[in-house]
Amino acid sequence: MIEARAITKRFGPLVAVDQVSLQVEAGEFLTLLGPSGCGKTTLLRIFAGFEAPDSGTIHLAGEEVTARPPYRRDVNQVFQSYALFPHLCVRDNIGFGLRMRGRPRAEQQARIAEAVANASLEGLEERMPHQLSGGQRQRVALARALVCRPKVLLLDEPLSALDAKLRLGMQAELRRLHRKLGITFIFVTHDQHEAITMSDRIALMHRGRIEQIGSPEAIYRRPATAFAADFIGQSNLLRVAVVHREAASARVRTDQGLELTLPAANLPAGPDPFLISIRPERISLSSEAPVSAASFEATIEERIFQGPTDTLRVVTGGGARLNVLLAGGGAVPAAWREGRRLHCAVAPTDIVVVGSPAS
Amino acid sequence: MSGTGPRAGSLAWLLLLPLLAWLAVFVIAPAAILFVYAFCEHDELGRVVYRFTFDNFHRVGERVYLTIFIRSVGYAAVTTALCLAAGFPAAWYIARRPAALRHRLLLLVMIPFWTSFLIRTYAWMTILKQDGLLNSLLESTGFTRHPIELLYTPGAVTIGLVYAYLPFMILPIYASAEKLDASLVEAAHDLGAGPLRVFAAVIIPLTWPGIAAGTLLVFVPAIGMFAITDLMGGARIPLIGNVIQNQFFQARDWPFGAALGVVFLLLFAAAYVLLQRPKPAAA
Repeated sequence: MIEARAITKRFGPLVAVDQVSLQVEAGEFLTLLGPSGCGKTTLLRIFAGFEAPDSGTIHLAGEEVTARPPYRRDVNQVFQSYALFPHLCVRDNIGFGLRMRGRPRAEQQARIAEAVANASLEGLEERMPHQLSGGQRQRVALARALVCRPKVLLLDEPLSALDAKLRLGMQAELRRLHRKLGITFIFVTHDQHEAITMSDRIALMHRGRIEQIGSPEAIYRRPATAFAADFIGQSNLLRVAVVHREAASARVRTDQGLELTLPAANLPAGPDPFLISIRPERISLSSEAPVSAASFEATIEERIFQGPTDTLRVVTGGGARLNVLLAGGGAVPAAWREGRRLHCAVAPTDIVVVGSPAS
Repeated sequence: MSGTGPRAGSLAWLLLLPLLAWLAVFVIAPAAILFVYAFCEHDELGRVVYRFTFDNFHRVGERVYLTIFIRSVGYAAVTTALCLAAGFPAAWYIARRPAALRHRLLLLVMIPFWTSFLIRTYAWMTILKQDGLLNSLLESTGFTRHPIELLYTPGAVTIGLVYAYLPFMILPIYASAEKLDASLVEAAHDLGAGPLRVFAAVIIPLTWPGIAAGTLLVFVPAIGMFAITDLMGGARIPLIGNVIQNQFFQARDWPFGAALGVVFLLLFAAAYVLLQRPKPAAA
């Protein structure tokens, strides 16, 4: 539906977007995720037409639109600050796009009424933006963009100004709207939870490039880089070198002497040392005898209560520190306090190689 | 924010006291005196004679004063229009620069205030006069063989007025434009509005307070200006300000001058009320 081909954008010496190519399918919910300054907002603004790329092209529904101004693109944006027109009431804000495109008056009224109903804004049509709550403003901004029936809806951190509870509600609301309307959504956020729970696909951005693109589950299970492993979910990142290699499996050792086993097929082509990632919930603990030959011993250094989960920070004899995530709510034995020795085990397939330490 | 109690209220009045006293002594009292004079007569020596009369107001309506008044409004209107045409783009441009540059550009707008207004007007005279800077330039470049009459023309008066009042147009519009969130302009573009429609539907309504304030700040003083018309118009094009000044100085007819002033004041008040009415949202 919308596609970026080798887009580069510089601001002075800074390369904000670096040779990014990205294809977003019709009806897809794609999230541009990354820390501030990673280029995600710039890329969104290039899709919208607010910024012209230094090189590369944008294609919308098969047509090149790189040189087209925003008012001639079938794309609408929901702004981070909502950007509601302060001198216009809710009705006129929502109808702005239809008025600018010169739709017949009767059609305008019908579509505004429909948008007002869809956004549950009935009775607020005459209110001015400053008389609305944050959540209401957000819904007006969304209705104002959707009433134009764009091919692609761009959302620039639209939930970041809402409080945590309202944000959860709006996340569900956006997902519902997306399913119902079938419009392509491109959603920008720095919040990995938002990205994971809402998206069909996530394009993880870092330093102007797409670090990894895929379904939230694929990126979570198989992070391609240390950055991806660290940014999406939590990760135990360890620097290792191969000590023993067989046909099916290989044994690696961390700098602190911790030895782990992983499938030989997963070993990187590059030289030692390399980085591996272990998700904290994929480490199993036991106070009984070793679960398997591959298990190792570690001492509890700290136990952090988090409500539904507990995090145990354990340290091996060699000094390797690992975070282990356990289901809370009494599932963790009370005797597992600081200083207690436990047996730890990691399934070989749960060890993901995420590249060389330099990257 | 607990400043709503009775004590906070009286404190507010106390803080306002110096201003109120100043206004009472130097604005309200003189205005009241003028108002009284406007209904009085005067003797041969120019002294005010306290005898009630409407004659002064009848004279205000005479054709010669009406002509001058209309001419004054015309000059003020042209001045305001030119100031708006030149000032709005300048104010908008400055307001859209990065903060550091913005302050430097604003300083440039205000630099003329560092020199006396009269000196600046004389500077314009040396530029425009018969053997002045502009004529020398035109002659040396072969554009004209004989000096063009620039000074003491309606054009010179207009240049002088626009020059004098342009900052008063730029500054209030800048104040409004600077507050206008750039994402509103982007949102309007995003919703299908081309540059002209963004200007009409978003920029003008949202900078309207600045436009209205700038228009008032230029139009009102421009209508009563006498120094520029004297110096750059060579007293050939009397405006209402010159007439009033004449009544108080040369003609020594204070009551008539006061009547002109009172009529003037009422007209300004009417114009102010009209301009301050909220503008219906354009779209």
